[in-house]
Amino acid sequence: MRVESQSAGMSGPLAIAPATRPSWWRAVRRRLGLGRRGVGAGGVVLVMVVLTGLFAPWLAPHGYDDQDLVEALKPPVGVGGTWSNPLGTDALGRDILSRIIYGARTSLLLSLSAVLVAAAVGVVIGLVTGYVGGTVDAAIMAIVEVQLSLPYLLFAIAFMALLQPSLTTLVVVLVLRSWVVYAQLVRVAVLSMRRREFVTVAIALGASDWRVLFRHIAPNVLASALVVSSFQLAELIIVESSLSFLGLGVQPPLPSWGSMLSQGREYISSAWWLVFFPGFAIIVTVLGANLFGDAVRDVMDPRLRGVGGPGRRARPAHREETPR
Amino acid sequence: MAALVGVVAVVFVLLHLSGDPTYILLPLEATEEQRAAFRHHYGLDRPLAVQFAVYLERCLRGDFGQSFSFQVPALSVVLQRLPATLELTLAALLLAVALAVPAGVLAATRRGTRYDRGLMGLVLVGQSVPTFWLGMMMILIVAVRFHLLPVSGRGTVAQLVMPAVALSLWLVALLARVTRSEMLEVLAQDYVRTARAKGISEPGIARRHALRNALLPMITVVGLQFGGLLGGAVMTETVFAWPGVGTMILDAILKKDYPVVLAGVMVVALGFIVINLMLDLLYSALDPRIRRA
Repeated sequence: MRVESQSAGMSGPLAIAPATRPSWWRAVRRRLGLGRRGVGAGGVVLVMVVLTGLFAPWLAPHGYDDQDLVEALKPPVGVGGTWSNPLGTDALGRDILSRIIYGARTSLLLSLSAVLVAAAVGVVIGLVTGYVGGTVDAAIMAIVEVQLSLPYLLFAIAFMALLQPSLTTLVVVLVLRSWVVYAQLVRVAVLSMRRREFVTVAIALGASDWRVLFRHIAPNVLASALVVSSFQLAELIIVESSLSFLGLGVQPPLPSWGSMLSQGREYISSAWWLVFFPGFAIIVTVLGANLFGDAVRDVMDPRLRGVGGPGRRARPAHREETPR
Repeated sequence: MAALVGVVAVVFVLLHLSGDPTYILLPLEATEEQRAAFRHHYGLDRPLAVQFAVYLERCLRGDFGQSFSFQVPALSVVLQRLPATLELTLAALLLAVALAVPAGVLAATRRGTRYDRGLMGLVLVGQSVPTFWLGMMMILIVAVRFHLLPVSGRGTVAQLVMPAVALSLWLVALLARVTRSEMLEVLAQDYVRTARAKGISEPGIARRHALRNALLPMITVVGLQFGGLLGGAVMTETVFAWPGVGTMILDAILKKDYPVVLAGVMVVALGFIVINLMLDLLYSALDPRIRRA
């Protein structure tokens, strides 16, 4: 967005405010392409979902577990419902809208923290294995290969069935899905960067391994990591809701979009709103994350176009896998 | 091979940590002696390492043990479900190829037009819709409201339609995106410009010059997805009560039927590895550049 010169009629500090916006902010905006449609739209959706989750207690008209059996299975507004439950109620008379709003909290808390942990773990492992090579590299890559030959969702199901399902175990399972993606991506990037001149020069100038790795190489993989994070967020939201749908994720009474879908499934022929709205919430959020990732990727570096999916290489680094 | 052993080891340890199967498989009032006898019968009272060694050795002979809950060989439980999974997977993949390849080629040849942007928008949406939600919506509208197709189950062609369509949506989106980006890449090559200079029609270029060279990554995607789906489309199968490998392994996990879980995962992982191998062979068969390299 260009900073327009303000009309001459304005005076005082207000008039110069836009012009003094620090140039680094403009540079960041340009780099991230915040003015671009895709980034903007995806970003706005994500920010709105995050805010919804954060301010759930103030936004939700009812508590997420306020039961009222008299009001059970009330339809949404427009098809016979009232504004006190705009999206209708479930079999226990709980307000669907409120549960979706609180569900945003659960879904995002889980998937965001899992993405952050997975990124931290995966990037560090990728950096180290790529740089050190040898036995460490071979060992970690063997683990990666084993994990990629496992059908992930079944693995996650086994893991959740084995441990008591809790929010912590859920995050662990989600991290197990994602760290591989980061580790592989970063490792390959480091391998190709190790032979580049700026690294050779840094070593020749006497930089320590740590310094080369974290000062010279790490910043160069951050762009791809950010793009991957956006797609991983989208994927983990779907994984979380799938597990919750199977009853192995978020446990009642805590609301999650996936568990709402599974509870609504029994009433699908009589109360469609139990299934429709939570699914819609998932789609909007995942779409926002995908849109954001797509746009950031195109803006940041056209060469990254292969990151989200199979690119030019005949063999993609990992198989794309969403619970189906 | 090492990966295969690793896979088995992971699942084996995971399942054995998950608790005592006698509490699920035997009646609650079973005495401690009966439980001990059950454990002894299945070798569950021996050290984990021994159990694993015995199990691996049996696997190599193709013997995956008896299913705890069905009292038949675990492998046969898995193989019995495999046709249903193959049927669903192949139907979904065929549908995806039939829809996504023409759509992707069209989008690439008309880059930047309304059609291209519309398709890419659809792709984005298609990748964001959870399959199980789509499945339930289809059941609601197609089966419950309009009674066009049966709700669930397997046996008739009509029962295959909804699960296959639901499962293919994500594949269509993925494949259309890959097809488009590969075609764009190839269309920018020198030999395409040469073909144009020779006066070959645009459809001819797209079909004969561009599509052929864009095929490898597309085949990779289809192959890897096929490999992944051998484990069953757990969510789709659950929603449509499709009796495939996915729901079988899910049931076995919940029932702690170790031999079946292990046999199932083994078959899936083996299938995945075999498909990877076949992809490599296919590459060199299809692309002389790889053969000579």
